[in-house]
Amino acid sequence: MKKLSVKSVVAIGIGAALFFVLGKVAIPSPVPNTNISLQYAVEAVFATLFGPIAGILIGFIGHTLIDATSYGPWWSWIIASAFVGLVIGLATMKLNVEDGIDSKKLIHFNVAQVIAHVLAWGVVAPVLDILIYAEPIEKLFAQGLMAAVANIITTGVVGTLLLLGYAKTVVKKGSLEKED
Amino acid sequence: MARVAILNYIKRPSPVHELTGTAKLVFFLAWSVASMVTFDTRVLICMLLIGAVIFKISQIKIRDISVVLGLAAVFLLLNNFFIYLFTPEYGVEVYESRNVLFPIVGRYTVTAQQLFYHLNITLKVICVVPIALLFIACTDPSEFASSLARIGVSYRAGYAVSLALRYIPDVQREYRNISQAQQARGIDLSGKDKLFTRLKNSVAILLPLIMSSINRIEVVSNAMELRGFGKEKKRTWYMQRKLQKNDWLAIGFALAVLVIGLGVTFSNGSRYYNPFMEAL
Repeated sequence: MKKLSVKSVVAIGIGAALFFVLGKVAIPSPVPNTNISLQYAVEAVFATLFGPIAGILIGFIGHTLIDATSYGPWWSWIIASAFVGLVIGLATMKLNVEDGIDSKKLIHFNVAQVIAHVLAWGVVAPVLDILIYAEPIEKLFAQGLMAAVANIITTGVVGTLLLLGYAKTVVKKGSLEKED
Repeated sequence: MARVAILNYIKRPSPVHELTGTAKLVFFLAWSVASMVTFDTRVLICMLLIGAVIFKISQIKIRDISVVLGLAAVFLLLNNFFIYLFTPEYGVEVYESRNVLFPIVGRYTVTAQQLFYHLNITLKVICVVPIALLFIACTDPSEFASSLARIGVSYRAGYAVSLALRYIPDVQREYRNISQAQQARGIDLSGKDKLFTRLKNSVAILLPLIMSSINRIEVVSNAMELRGFGKEKKRTWYMQRKLQKNDWLAIGFALAVLVIGLGVTFSNGSRYYNPFMEAL
């Protein structure tokens, strides 16, 4: 594994803390184990800013801490959370949000997050659930679908707005003008 | 936001607290793996009983963790309810036999197999609960990173975990401050608004929170860089302790439970223990 830079180590730590705190204020949805949760929006933004390894570890550490402090870890969903960070991080590696943001970049980010959530909650989480907990497929896919839709909406709306807000605060290259 | 009930380190004198973090981490991981793989009722009940005994030894009281237990109970109830709602005949499929106890309505009947399946899936979750809770309640967070490093996790990742533990209270406080400030300005998150408006309103809290977090990342990583973090391949830990006899015993015991549990589980060639087939 490539050595993590000091900055990524800190970004993972603080990102995981954010993930944890936001996970604890989640708005419950009607299907168990799923929430309309803001933490995935933050995970997506951090994965975009700090890369795939940060994305994986923020999801993994944050979700493990949430589960371990409520009812024992539910590993399949923890791994799915990490997977979301991995996919978004990989897909947005060349996005360079720091250099400013336009609608093309926002579409790129949103396509990445939709793919990540569909794969994570539609494939990774249910398959692991079948392997680990042997739960019935019908229930798992209902859960997965619910989670995917909820997370795509929250990440799409909140994540996009956060990226826009972030890009506005970064001073762009060549933004200084010579006074006449 | 009301104060969230979060399980914390509870310091008490007990043999479980005295174990090193490494021993407890290995114990917890072995326990999780065993409970994930097995579907054998006998193994699960044994694990639950052992867990209960360890809980007794640890001096942690039920009321310390009652909120957490309540959450776990709600989660389990809902989970079982939805399994039944979607697949009332799933147990029949798994245990390849069907003994109807009584019908409810339409396709919903209660079969012995379905009840047994629910018992097993519930046991699978609750036999980890005491161990997971004890792991959190009895391990000093400062010792945790060194334990991760001891079992072979890169110290950078371990350090990220301890940074997360260190900054959770700070982030929480900040979240509360920002959210109250925004509420004072008339932004409502209480659920009276439409979902979309609520999402948009949450950005008003999240954006300042993320900005200050990115700032914090800058400050902390500069401080760590100045102190030469990440220069060497290894690092030493202030809170690391040598493994004592009891630690080795605990690790050995957990691994023994894992091996024996899996052995018993797969002795009949599948992960399920099927009392219905043996009766035939």
